[in-house]
Amino acid sequence: MKNKTNVLPREGEAQPSRCPDNTAFKQQRLPAWKPQLTIASVLSSFFLTGAFCLTVGVCLVLSANSVREIQIDYSDKCSDCSKLRENSSNWNKECHCSVNFTLKENILGDVFMYYGLQNFYQNHRRYVISRSDAQLLGRNVNIQRSYCAPFSTYRNGTPMAPCGAIANSIFNDTINLFYNHNSSVIQVPLLKTGNSWWTDKNVKFRNPESYNLSSAFAAGTARPPYWQKPVYLLDEEDERNNGYLNDDFIIWMRVSAFATFRNLYRRVRRVRHFTEGLPAGNYTFHISYNFPVTRFKGRKHVILSTVVWSGGSNPFLGIAYLVSGTAATLTGFVITGIHLKLRKKKTYFQRRCESCFICLQRSLH
Amino acid sequence: MSVLETSSSWRTTSLWRETNMKVRQAIPVTAELGDTSQLARFDGEVVCEPPNNKLDKFGGTLYWKESKYPLSNQNMLLRGCVLRNTEWCFGLVIFAGPDTKLMQNSGRTKFKRTSIDRLMNTLVLWIFGFLVCMGVILAIGNAIWEHEVGVCFQIYLPWDEGVHSAFFSGFLSFWSYIIILNTVVPISLYVSVEVIRLGHSYFINWDKKMYCAKRRTPAEARTTTLNEELGQVEYIFSDKTGTLTQNIMVFSKCSVNGHSYGDVQDMLGHKAELGERPEPVDFSFNPLADPRFQFWDPSLLEAVKLGDLHVHEFFRLLSLCHTVMSEEKSEGELLYKAQSPDEGALVTAARNFGFVFRSRTPKTITVHELGQAITYQLLAILDFNNIRKRMSVIVRSPEGKIRLYCKGADTILLERLHPLNQDLSSITTDHLNEYAGEGLRTLVLAYKDLEESYYKDWSERLHRVGSAPEAREDHLARLYDEVEHDMMLLGATAIEDKLQQGVPETIAILTLANIKIWVLTGDKQETAVNIGYSCKMLTDDMTEVFVVTGHTVLEVREELRKAREKMMDASHSVCNGFYQEKLSSKLTSVLEAIAGEYALVINGHSLAHALEADMEVEFLETACACKAVICCRVTPLQKAQVVELVKKYKKAVTLAIGDGANDVSMIKTAHIGVGISGQEGIQAVLASDYSFSQFKFLQRLLLVHGRWSYLRMCKFLCYFFYKNFAFTMVHFWFGFFCGFSAQTVYDQYFITLYNIVYTSLPVLAMGVFDQDVPEQRSMEYPKLYEPGQLNLLFNKREFFICIAQGIYTSILMFFIPYGVFADATRDDGAQLADYQSFAVTVATSLVIVVSVQIGLDTGFWTAINHFFIWGSLAAYFAILFTMHSDGLFRMFPHQFRFVGNAQNTLAQPTVWLTIALTAVVCIVPVVAFRFLKLDLKPELSDTVRYTQLVRKKQKTQHRCMRHAGRVGSRRSGYAFSHQEGFGELIMSGKNMRLSSLALSSFAPRPSTSWIDTLRKKKGCEGSSAGSPSGTADKTLRV
Repeated sequence: MKNKTNVLPREGEAQPSRCPDNTAFKQQRLPAWKPQLTIASVLSSFFLTGAFCLTVGVCLVLSANSVREIQIDYSDKCSDCSKLRENSSNWNKECHCSVNFTLKENILGDVFMYYGLQNFYQNHRRYVISRSDAQLLGRNVNIQRSYCAPFSTYRNGTPMAPCGAIANSIFNDTINLFYNHNSSVIQVPLLKTGNSWWTDKNVKFRNPESYNLSSAFAAGTARPPYWQKPVYLLDEEDERNNGYLNDDFIIWMRVSAFATFRNLYRRVRRVRHFTEGLPAGNYTFHISYNFPVTRFKGRKHVILSTVVWSGGSNPFLGIAYLVSGTAATLTGFVITGIHLKLRKKKTYFQRRCESCFICLQRSLH
Repeated sequence: MSVLETSSSWRTTSLWRETNMKVRQAIPVTAELGDTSQLARFDGEVVCEPPNNKLDKFGGTLYWKESKYPLSNQNMLLRGCVLRNTEWCFGLVIFAGPDTKLMQNSGRTKFKRTSIDRLMNTLVLWIFGFLVCMGVILAIGNAIWEHEVGVCFQIYLPWDEGVHSAFFSGFLSFWSYIIILNTVVPISLYVSVEVIRLGHSYFINWDKKMYCAKRRTPAEARTTTLNEELGQVEYIFSDKTGTLTQNIMVFSKCSVNGHSYGDVQDMLGHKAELGERPEPVDFSFNPLADPRFQFWDPSLLEAVKLGDLHVHEFFRLLSLCHTVMSEEKSEGELLYKAQSPDEGALVTAARNFGFVFRSRTPKTITVHELGQAITYQLLAILDFNNIRKRMSVIVRSPEGKIRLYCKGADTILLERLHPLNQDLSSITTDHLNEYAGEGLRTLVLAYKDLEESYYKDWSERLHRVGSAPEAREDHLARLYDEVEHDMMLLGATAIEDKLQQGVPETIAILTLANIKIWVLTGDKQETAVNIGYSCKMLTDDMTEVFVVTGHTVLEVREELRKAREKMMDASHSVCNGFYQEKLSSKLTSVLEAIAGEYALVINGHSLAHALEADMEVEFLETACACKAVICCRVTPLQKAQVVELVKKYKKAVTLAIGDGANDVSMIKTAHIGVGISGQEGIQAVLASDYSFSQFKFLQRLLLVHGRWSYLRMCKFLCYFFYKNFAFTMVHFWFGFFCGFSAQTVYDQYFITLYNIVYTSLPVLAMGVFDQDVPEQRSMEYPKLYEPGQLNLLFNKREFFICIAQGIYTSILMFFIPYGVFADATRDDGAQLADYQSFAVTVATSLVIVVSVQIGLDTGFWTAINHFFIWGSLAAYFAILFTMHSDGLFRMFPHQFRFVGNAQNTLAQPTVWLTIALTAVVCIVPVVAFRFLKLDLKPELSDTVRYTQLVRKKQKTQHRCMRHAGRVGSRRSGYAFSHQEGFGELIMSGKNMRLSSLALSSFAPRPSTSWIDTLRKKKGCEGSSAGSPSGTADKTLRV
């Protein structure tokens, strides 16, 4: 006791109070929003979600239906060429084939031409990393240190430009479209630039800086083994579409997420006969067949399609929206039904709880 | 441990946790050794029992000078004892260190983990197994793919150097997938859990409602690892003294000559309610009064002043009939040293009412009676013992009259009254009933005038018996019995063993929360039972209170069996014999379903048998069928054993609460140990996991903090597993589409930052701040505590639900974008389905879905929650656009190859529609299930929330709470918690020359400092082993 009386006043004077602060944070009394699942909020959210999904779904389905699309599998139609390409020693032999088709109706608007590949695993891990972004940026880098192997250098040490499996396996068929108009054959004018992302064309890909593209590449680099011509000859007509800046090359280098994919190849230039789009009639694809697919059991397509605000003709999103909208609405109804039917029970629960609360109060005091 | 060699004469130590002191003496031969030179020549040999943990027994023999001397516990000082009233002593150390009884009693320190921790470890192992399974599946897939497809694809993508077969490629891809999918094993989980627990611990430390202003001690979470287990407690083991009670005895009421005094009265003379007490009685007329003494009934003082003879005699008895010793350091400053606080309270009461016990010698007692010093001749002290349950003094007043004053238990004393007292006796009995009903400890006072001749004869016989060695005790008892007869009743006293604040309410609420409370105390059975009643653990509504006091195995077994039979009989009459057939086989289940309320009181010596291996299950079944269990006279080790027993068979979370060194082993053994930081030193606090200064804070610790902690932790874990599965499993599905090549779906930076930045803070905020119902509600509805006890919120089932939800989310997260992206084009005609756009789409929708989900899970949106949830989303987009910016790419083209992706992909309406669809499809079913569960099978907390909502709307008026008194039954409580032996000592006069010296050297809390030095010496070991459990620190009670 003696000690205690000595200690206490001193504590009171000198030491700060040990009493915790009376702040909302420390006392866990922070103001808070306490959302609860009530029947009103749940039902309204279900019906609103349902309505939203159904609306979006209808819009999507309607717009997807308005897309015109023609898809032609030419991997078998050019069977001679595909057999020829099965033997890789024939790599420099040219092979051409033609594919005819008829448009029964006009395709109005912008028409895009795609090539489609099936069973081509662009998303394989080793494939995806097999590139050198620094090289594609026009920098003089040692590609040995990148993941380009085995497509990085030749045995004599000459580096490949561009290196890597992606670049090496570029889709190198040439496809031209001809319109048979009144027994005369008109080549449909196609745009080969402006098909890639602006950032890719202007940021991600740069040619090496030099007064002349061919001198920049020819000195010390070589084309990848599967290429028929070096990178600086990809587009001899247009300097801004040549080298690494070639649109076909850029598009190919943007690897697909799945083994089946389509890449934009050309756009129909809307001039003369084709200002409205593609008129109905007979058409022929002239294909220079270079890209072998039979070895990996793949298929090649050529696709003509228009686009709308939601993209191409893929109906999946619209249907999915319709289904989930319907499901949400139905769930809303089911919940309403269950709630109404079991309301009695619920009030019983509440009553029981109230009564147990009262008991509790009684027993406490 | 040491045998005393010599010493002054007697010393007292405190054992158990009782307030009284024990007498320890040197054996006569050594006591006479005297000076140190003789001592130095002492060459005895001690043969004794091996080290054990029995605090109350010692057997040994001293061989010295070719003769044998028996050594008993009376001659021992145990480690941890504190000498009182003793100037010096010499001893012989018998056991030291770990062999001492004290160390033998202290339990081992174990590493405490919560059940959620253990479950979490199991689950993490399972997840690891799951990870390996996924790895194996994908590796097999890879081998098959490389064999079937990859071989053909080799012209474009040749195998790596060193890979020559599809099998080997599969083997490599197994390891790749283990690395990619490792995010499913939540490493950051452990860190986050610790952070949350730390937050909860701070909330406990900061809680103003658990701050005791009087002792200036806030609650303290001394460990940060057990918080959520506070929400699962099923058994509380409580110490009594210092935990339930303040260990302060207060003279509360008395009945003198048929008139009851002590009720608190208001101005009009009505019994006042609690809380509206008027001013206490003013004792300023008496210069010797103890200022700390308070009494609220002025009529008693008036009676004293008016000269009511009965009242005078009443207080005279109180001032004479006791074994208290007084010390007067300066004039008027009296200090009483009572062997039990009850006696101290009585003598102090007499002192304040003008009958001041001033001093005593072996033959006299000096009392100031209303300012007048009167010296009584002390002729005899008829000492207290457990059988007599009374003590008397025979004094000769200055006038020469010889009178016997007696006080004792009502059951004993009322039988020994003179027949004339019948009327008064019945009134007093009524008063006694009333006092007992309030949980007060009662004593009956009586006197008897003795004839001079009779006394002479009697004292001669007494002298003869006292000197006769054989059967002394019996003869003495018979003599005492003879003289304490035909006494005149004076009245009764009622002493309040002051409970800690709010103890009955706390116990009531905890009981309603389905927590079973066992009191384990070193006190006597009567004291413990009395406290059981006063804190409403035992009530008169109980069907029966079983008392087990057997001394042998057979007796205890029989008593337990009878108790069970009785309980079963009662339930049979209720159940109409339905259980009859099952009875023999399913004893336990029957006991679980017992009708009626029972309580079990078991003594320490019976408990020792009950805890033996062959009876422990029987004991536990019986005890668990009872509503309340009180174990009295238990040793510290037994406390730990009882806790261990419940832990072993019940698989329930146990909590032990205590304040003294003897609770340390129990505190260490229980899942959660709570130390009351009071006057009792710090050992309990040091061994504890949580500490605060009032028992009543326990309800807040459990029902508010524990409950919230458990709830938050469970919600946190559920969400954490969910989000990691939703995140990681996408890789698994993608494996089937990328040739099992271990290609990740997301950007590497997203993988790195997902767990650290994008999703960690919102769930942490939920884990720290979430509240389902406000804190007042969890006190009002203690049933809200039950989900924790039943482990409902996070168990294996809940875990699988979370996992299923995570996998469901991951499936949608992958396949919806897959469906959309396959063959899709952008609105400008370019390809949409490139790998990088796909990665950004899936990552964005994942972050959004997971954020919406945390929004659904968060029930308590504080500003911090808002900030973290919205902030995480904002951070995601900010980081995304930064990572995909031109500048970074130009600097590190290899590291930031997603350049331009964010602005190109997220500009597409299709992408946003895909994200929206994913979010809707992932969230809507969850909302539907949650609502239906809420609607059809609401938990109590849901209902409470709902009713609160309704109540807020209706603004119903505040409910008033009414205090109602409880009418209790009569129990023969008696206030003697002390031991025999003191009377003899006082009469022998040996102590007198020393008492003053002893008192002057009397330092407060020597025990604490002793413990501190011990701890310092022992260093780290001290904290675990050096906590004396049995004997230490209880001396400073006087």
